[in-house]
Amino acid sequence: LGGTVTVLSIGGEDSNESLRKCLAMGADDAIRLTDPAFDGSDGFVTAKILSEAIRKIPYDLILAGTQAEDDGYGQVGVVLAELLGIPHAALVNRLEVQDKKVKVHRELEGGLEEVFEIDLPAVLTIQTGINEPRYVSIMGIRKVAKKEIKALGTSDLNLKTEEVGLSGSDTQLEKIFLPPVGEGAEMLEGKPEEIASKVFDILKDKGGLA
Amino acid sequence: MKEIIVLAEHRRGELRDVTWEMLSKGRQLAESIGAEIGVALLGKGVDQIAETLKPKVHRVLLIEDNRLEAYNSETYEKILTQLITERKPLLTLIGHTAMGMDFAPGLAAHLKMPLATDCIGIDAAGEAFSLTRQLYGGKVNATVSFLKKGPYMVTVRSGAFPVIEKEVLPGELAKIPSPLTDEGLAKRFLQYVEAAIGEVDITQADILVSIGRGIKEAENIPMIKEFADAIGGTLSCSRPVVDKKWLPKDRQVGTSGKTVKPKVYIAIGISGAFQHIAGMKGAGTVIAINKDPKAPIFSAAQYGIVADLFKIVPVLKDKVKELRGK
Repeated sequence: LGGTVTVLSIGGEDSNESLRKCLAMGADDAIRLTDPAFDGSDGFVTAKILSEAIRKIPYDLILAGTQAEDDGYGQVGVVLAELLGIPHAALVNRLEVQDKKVKVHRELEGGLEEVFEIDLPAVLTIQTGINEPRYVSIMGIRKVAKKEIKALGTSDLNLKTEEVGLSGSDTQLEKIFLPPVGEGAEMLEGKPEEIASKVFDILKDKGGLA
Repeated sequence: MKEIIVLAEHRRGELRDVTWEMLSKGRQLAESIGAEIGVALLGKGVDQIAETLKPKVHRVLLIEDNRLEAYNSETYEKILTQLITERKPLLTLIGHTAMGMDFAPGLAAHLKMPLATDCIGIDAAGEAFSLTRQLYGGKVNATVSFLKKGPYMVTVRSGAFPVIEKEVLPGELAKIPSPLTDEGLAKRFLQYVEAAIGEVDITQADILVSIGRGIKEAENIPMIKEFADAIGGTLSCSRPVVDKKWLPKDRQVGTSGKTVKPKVYIAIGISGAFQHIAGMKGAGTVIAINKDPKAPIFSAAQYGIVADLFKIVPVLKDKVKELRGK
C-alpha cells in the first residue's frame, strides 16, 4: 500500500521506551504527548489531546486499542473518530484495506462476527489476537536509538490548560478499593500429594469420575 | 417528569440479556429519584420485541426503519442524538457490549454528555450518580463521579445487575418517526460471520480443564492435555491462549468465546477477568489453581489451590492415574 506509520502516545519520559520499540518494529515517526496539565484526564480528554495532535498529520487510517489494560474505559478510539469527524469501528479482529475503503470484522459476543465496509480515513479499535507482533531485534533497537521522539504539550496542540486534565474531564476517580470478597473458595492445602487426593475426591463426587 | 432511558439491545430478532438487567437497575434508580423509565427500541419489524418490553416500562420509544435491520453505529448515533436532544432524559443506560462499545462513546462526545463506561454499580445521589467500575482486570474496584451536569450516559457491564421481577408498568407505545434518510453511510453492514465449528464442542463436556496466561508457552500444553485425558476432561482456555494461537477459538471460554456449564471446571493459570468468569459461572463446581492468592478466579471457585501449576499439575495427573488404576 505504501505510506508511512506514525506512532503516538500520551505519557511521561518512560513512554519513550515503548515508542522506541515501535520505531524498531518499523514505524517511521514517533510523537509523545506530554504535559503535567494532562494529569487526571479521563477517556474523553485523552481522545481530545490525541485528536489535536493527529489533526496536524496527514492520515488515511488510525488504529487504537479497544481498551486499556488498567482503567479499561474502551472509549478513546471511538471518541477520537467523533472529534475528527471520520467513521470508525470498534473491536476489530480482522481488516483488509481496499483502495479508499477498509473491510473489517467486528468481534461480537459468543464468537459471532459482523463485517462492515468503511470509507477511509477511519479509526479502528483493535482487539487482542489480531496478529502476532513482529519480533524486535537488538539490531532494530540500535538502529533507532538516536532517532528523535518529538514531545508536544498543551500549547503545541492549541489546547488550553483548562480543557485538559481533571478540569477538562467529565468524570473523576473518587477512590479505589478492593472488590468485596464473596463466599470465596475453600482452599486446599497440604503436601501436593494430599491436595491431589482431595482433587480426586472432588472429581469423583462432583464430576462423576469413576 | 424526569426520565431514565434504557437502550434495548437486540440481534437477529432476539433481545439480549443485558437489556433486562439494565431495565431492572434503571427502574430501581427511577423509583429512588421519582423518575419514569422508558426503553428505546430501534429496529425493523420489532413489534414483538416491543410487546415483551411493555410491562417493564412506562413507555416504549419505538423507532422503526427498514435501514435498521442490522446495527450500525452511524444510524444509532443519528437516531439517539435526536431522541436524547428532544427528551433530555436524566440518564441513558446502554450495554457495555460489542454494540454499546462501538457507538456510546461517540454519541456521548457528540452530545457533550458526561459518560462513564463499563459500570458494575450505579447509585443515585440527588440529580447526580455515583458509579462503580473495575480497574486492572477486576483486581481493584473504583468509585467514579461525574464532574459536569447531566443528562448523563452510563454503559453497563453484562451480568453486573440482577433481573428483579416487579409489578407491571403501563408500557405505553410511543412511535417516533425515524430521522434516517437515504443519504449514503460511510460505514456499511455487509454480513454476519458465524463462529467456526471445531473438532470438539466444549459446551457438552462434563469436565473442562481450562488454561490461561499462566501456561506461559505452547510447549506446556501437552502436560495439561495429559492431565485432562487422565480425568476424562476436555481442554479449554481463556482468551490470551487463543490470542497467541496456541488453541483454536472454539476452545475459548468467555464473553467472546463460549458459555459453558460443565459439572466440574478446573481453571489452571487463569486470573479470572470478568469476561472469562461470565463464560463459566454456570459450572457445577469450580476448582482454581493459581499462584496468586489474590487472583479474582478464587472468588468464582468453590475450591482453590494456591500453587505453581507446573509443580502441582503433574502430581495431580500421577495421583489420578494411580487411584483410577486400582
